Amino acid sequence: MTTASLVSDLVTSFKATARIVIVGASLAGLRAAEALRDEGFTGSLTLIGDEVHEPYDRPPLSKQVLKGWVPAENTKLPRMRAIDADWRLGVAATGLDRANREVLLANGEKVPYDRLLIATGVRSRQWFNPDEAKLGGLFTLRTCDDAAKLQEALQARPSRALIVGAGFIGSEMASVCRDLGLEVTVAERSTAPLVGALGGVIGDIAAKMQRDAGVDLRTNVSVEALEGDAGGHVRRARLSDGTTLDVDVVVASLGSIRNIEWLDGAQLAAGFWGVACDAGCRAFDINGVVTDTIFVAGDIARAPHVLYEYQFLSIEHVDAAVLGAQTAAHNMVNLETNRRPHLPLPQFWSAQFGVNIKGVGVCSFADEIVFTQGSPEDLRFVAAYGRKGRIVAAVSFNHGKWLDYYAAMIERSAPFPPPPPGYDLPTNAEPMPARFRDLREPTGLPDVVLTGHDPTSRGAEFRPKRPKSEGANS
Amino acid sequence: MRIVVDLNRCVGYAQCVPLAPDVLRLQGEEALAYDPNPDDSERQRVVRAAASCPVQAIIVELDPPADRTTK
Repeated sequence: MTTASLVSDLVTSFKATARIVIVGASLAGLRAAEALRDEGFTGSLTLIGDEVHEPYDRPPLSKQVLKGWVPAENTKLPRMRAIDADWRLGVAATGLDRANREVLLANGEKVPYDRLLIATGVRSRQWFNPDEAKLGGLFTLRTCDDAAKLQEALQARPSRALIVGAGFIGSEMASVCRDLGLEVTVAERSTAPLVGALGGVIGDIAAKMQRDAGVDLRTNVSVEALEGDAGGHVRRARLSDGTTLDVDVVVASLGSIRNIEWLDGAQLAAGFWGVACDAGCRAFDINGVVTDTIFVAGDIARAPHVLYEYQFLSIEHVDAAVLGAQTAAHNMVNLETNRRPHLPLPQFWSAQFGVNIKGVGVCSFADEIVFTQGSPEDLRFVAAYGRKGRIVAAVSFNHGKWLDYYAAMIERSAPFPPPPPGYDLPTNAEPMPARFRDLREPTGLPDVVLTGHDPTSRGAEFRPKRPKSEGANS
Repeated sequence: MRIVVDLNRCVGYAQCVPLAPDVLRLQGEEALAYDPNPDDSERQRVVRAAASCPVQAIIVELDPPADRTTK
């Protein structure tokens, strides 16, 4: 028998008899399960999810669901095929025992695996003051239960809603409030909405868009305190500029936290940044050595990307979750010579204030931006982002049909500024600073250290410095 | 029935909107919003809308797979 046929037998028998466990039963988990069956995997498959709901579509939650058009429970994801899985919904994974290859569940059960997929995603950052966090009328938005509660509160027509944080989700929620004819204040601690994702130049356009739609946008402020009435319902917010606001609904849109706590002690390269993995979705252990049995997909995954100087990137977008899940599934049931890389060109969209914002690439990687088509004043344009003379991203406002043109240039690492398309030129087509925050600022969480002197005992160790509360401030 | 629209792919040609106006709507000039779990009575309209999409962005689950017990 040749080596090749032995190896082929090994793969065939693995696909028939192995046990695969997927932790995280949302988009990435579901699509990975489907892809595994497509790959011919007929062994046992377990899907573990802490929510009681079957996998659902999250992007509509901050838009058509909040607006009251689509009920929150009517967001269930289409299934691409039968997966014949053992579903464990409503029970969280609480631990990972790598030595015995078992996932520990909140109900005390242990689920053995031969291959494990980590797809536990992120959750929304809660209000930073635990006492204030108990107030009625204070919401976050991540799950369909969150969306149902917030939609109900908006339907009751609060006299004013306050949205803390003007990222994509916060801005989309503000847009819905205005569509519903509600008074809404948005408090953002940076200079404008969407600055973190798209930079200050686009942020200024987003700010004008919000104000023109009647949003009371306050920038360069944080919300320092919330005050409730005797019934424990939020009634007032105190801002860092000394002003106070009377509000009945407050939505904390403070970004997300990765669900890595259940991996404590598992000695993986997991931290507030996510779970590091290679471009083939294989998890790294704490020392940066790749594992053979553990894979990562979805929002929690963080992998090196060839287009961005091989930096480790978390791509928290829908298509990255789907493609990553499919790549992870393929690599879980194939050997080295047959592995595939997961190298998505990041793509995202956001609908707000009647404008379709779409992007490709990693905008925040850029130092410069140039308007290439259309008119920023009319909220119909494309802008390209560049770094050190090459194009790294592009964003469009109501001009999405053009994005593929830019995506192709980004993939080819074409020069920046890109050649103008020849017509529909903006009045100002000069590159300018994109105005992102300096990412070299220390994060204040250096929680890994190297220990040991002998080459055999040398390794990394977590020395967690847990912050007092998860969100330091808005 | 269940659908999902790949809004990375969708660029707002809006061919689908008049074919299933209760399921697919345009918000502004280019942004598509959809009902992910439309009533089964929409089936014919949704299938036509999905077929009409120039970029094939509408993913339809025509029949639930055998192992799906929930509605």
